[in-house]
Amino acid sequence: MKKNLSWGRYPQVQPRATLPILWQSDLPHLTGYPTSVLPRGFGRSYGDSCLNEDGMLLDTTPLMRLIHFDAQQGIIRCEAGVSFADLLQFIVPRGWFLPVTPGTKFISVAGAIANDIHGKNHHKAGTFGAHVIQFELLRSNGEQLICSATQNTELYRATIGGLGLTGLILWAEFKLKPIHNACIAMERIRFANLEEFFALANQSDRDYEYTVAWVDCLSAGPQQGRGIFFRGNHAHEGFSKSSNHSFRVPCDLPDFLLNRFTMKIMNGLIYSSAPPDEQKIVHYDPFFYPLDAIHDWNRCYGKRGFLQYQCVIPYGQHEETTQKILSRVARSGTASFLSVLKLFGDQPSPGLLSFPKPGVTLAMDFAFRGTKTLQLLEDLDSMVCEMGGLVYPAKDARMSAEHFQNFFPQWREFARFIDPKFSSSFWRRVTQDSTRSSS
Amino acid sequence: MKNILILGATSAIAQETAKLFAAEGANFFLVARHPDRLAAVAQDLKVRGAAKVETQAIDLNRLEQHATLLQSATKALGSFDLVLMAHGTLPDQHACEQDVAKTMEAIQTNTLGPISLLTHIANLFESQQHGCLAVISSVAGDRGRQSNYVYGMAKGGLSIFLQGLRNRLHRSGIQVLTIKPGFVDTPMTQHLPKNALFASPQQVAQGIYRAIVKGKDIVYVPSYWRWITWVVKSIPEGIFKRLSL
Ligand SMILES: Cc1cc2nc3c(=O)[nH]c(=O)nc-3n(C[C@H](O)[C@H](O)[C@H](O)COP(=O)(O)OP(=O)(O)OC[C@H]3O[C@@H](n4cnc5c(N)ncnc54)[C@H](O)[C@@H]3O)c2cc1C
Ligand SMILES: NC(=O)c1ccc[n+]([C@@H]2O[C@H](COP(=O)([O-])OP(=O)(O)OC[C@H]3O[C@@H](n4cnc5c(N)ncnc54)[C@H](OP(=O)(O)O)[C@@H]3O)[C@@H](O)[C@H]2O)c1
Repeated sequence: MKKNLSWGRYPQVQPRATLPILWQSDLPHLTGYPTSVLPRGFGRSYGDSCLNEDGMLLDTTPLMRLIHFDAQQGIIRCEAGVSFADLLQFIVPRGWFLPVTPGTKFISVAGAIANDIHGKNHHKAGTFGAHVIQFELLRSNGEQLICSATQNTELYRATIGGLGLTGLILWAEFKLKPIHNACIAMERIRFANLEEFFALANQSDRDYEYTVAWVDCLSAGPQQGRGIFFRGNHAHEGFSKSSNHSFRVPCDLPDFLLNRFTMKIMNGLIYSSAPPDEQKIVHYDPFFYPLDAIHDWNRCYGKRGFLQYQCVIPYGQHEETTQKILSRVARSGTASFLSVLKLFGDQPSPGLLSFPKPGVTLAMDFAFRGTKTLQLLEDLDSMVCEMGGLVYPAKDARMSAEHFQNFFPQWREFARFIDPKFSSSFWRRVTQDSTRSSS
Repeated sequence: MKNILILGATSAIAQETAKLFAAEGANFFLVARHPDRLAAVAQDLKVRGAAKVETQAIDLNRLEQHATLLQSATKALGSFDLVLMAHGTLPDQHACEQDVAKTMEAIQTNTLGPISLLTHIANLFESQQHGCLAVISSVAGDRGRQSNYVYGMAKGGLSIFLQGLRNRLHRSGIQVLTIKPGFVDTPMTQHLPKNALFASPQQVAQGIYRAIVKGKDIVYVPSYWRWITWVVKSIPEGIFKRLSL
């Protein structure tokens, strides 16, 4: 059984070794190891930013202990490997929620910092990093530094969104958000095309804390960009229990199962079976984490794995560009099943290399079908680049060094804070540095 | 379960089990060898809702210290409703074959230490007429195999001791729970290649928690190990001895 792949299971590269970090009181001397090292959480990043081919991974998931909880202020301090799933179980009954959460709760606190993740509330709350008060960073020279907005500020900013390259986060402290109960008052609205999406999103972002849309990437012509818009707020009253039903995909499904034809049928069904407009009170689980009910769903894409593509197009010509991207994808004959659209807001993040910026973000999944898939995504990169947008490293496995450096011109400044012992497959690729895995 | 004594409290399985009781506001007395690790576990349990957490760092192979250890634990919490015994080591079978001292050490940690502790605790529970003794043994103790028979014997011996103890303490209203995990992904099995049979410590902890609350005698965690060991046990010895298991 292959372990240590990323969520997309592409590229299929292995580290030379994995070292579990078990106790804060018993930290390894990183300089003693022959290869470069890279921290690793739950491997929910899609591409190669959590991979270190021929190097060493530092598995931080055993660091799973809580350290302090301020029930008045809603401030929690916990070890780096604590999962969002564990945190939710602890904080929700106490009247608090995560300040920002991605579409899965099976991620670690340090992973959330290293990718400076965003959620359905980006337009209100910004990124996860914006809520991080402080953390402790272990550098390979043995230094242990407390980083915050006032202490070791530069490392604080570099580590938020720093892709695990600035050192090993040991624990972190961040602010939670008060809630009344575990429920979300949500609404589902069908939209017929992109124009309708943008109108709905612009109108909803003022009054709704959480907004996101699923878009049917396979429909063409006048129906292009049709989809379902989800918006919601934490409920004031209401009661709904999380269902404990979950299912595991037992093995890699055959490659051909998710093809253009089957996806088209499924997308059509999803779209037309949704009522035009529906309001209900739901538990936070199905609202935020619908995919978590199917464990190992990534295996649906077969053993060659899949690629996720997420970009942001800055406001301006964002509507036309989104249209163009969708058309390019539709023309390619490659299909994306789970495509998501959302408007980012302008809340700043402390992160130096953070991905989100004001604009529209589009995320799509593509089964890996060799050069055809790679060529399509390369073309999308060029379109995004031309519009001054950028692509999300947490989900990337293949962007060119040239594109990366265009998307993130601050990368050289960031590189000053990289720990000399730390590296990743992603970083070597986007900086064209092939020498570091065994330095 | 209000007052809980955990022996080997820094074990991955014990930590996850303790979290479930901490959420209910239990009091803990935690024992293992490393004081810093104990402090981290104690902190975690307090944050999660434990009312009171005391710790003591001690090598449980020092049998002569068991009586005083239990005295200080009793002094700290009054009395105990649950004792979870989780300390243990997985010896290297090959090394044990070459060096009998290693075999003896494995038996000391996994059988003799527990027997000494259980003898003290059984008497304590018998006099208070209530309590639950939950002890982590292993599926490896269900049949001796060439790849792992030193550990298997150590756990198997422990299981039989527990069986006798259960029989003795039943009339005093005391639950004796033999916990038999299969492969669990913990520091103990860090060096082993992982396969689909490995369970997470969280999953195992859930199974242990339910078995304690339901007053069970023996629990396999995850439960399918009951069937795996049933198959392994039902192979006739004449055939079994030829297999490379
Ligand atoms: C279904 C699904 C939905 C998702 N939805 C979203 C979304 O809505 N928004 C979003 O932003 N992301 C989303 N993601 C991506 C995911 O949130 C991020 O990739 C997240 O960082 C994964 O966390 P992890 O614990 O699995 O870390 P990993 O993927 O294992 O690692 C991520 C990065 O964190 C670093 N890291 C891990 N631990 C440490 C440490 N202790 N110290 C320093 N660095 C460390 C690693 O080196 C790596 O660079 C989604 C992923 C999935 C599978
Ligand atoms: N993991 C598996 O696959 C598996 C399968 C079946 C059964 N088990 C059993 O489950 C139990 C828990 O194991 P685990 O997997 O959670 O392993 P673990 O995390 O390695 O825990 C073992 C614990 O035992 C403690 N310990 C060892 N020797 C000790 C001694 N002499 N005195 C005091 N404490 C001692 C250690 O604490 P310190 O180092 O701090 O002292 C450590 O916390 C063990 O009894 C094990 O045999 C495990």
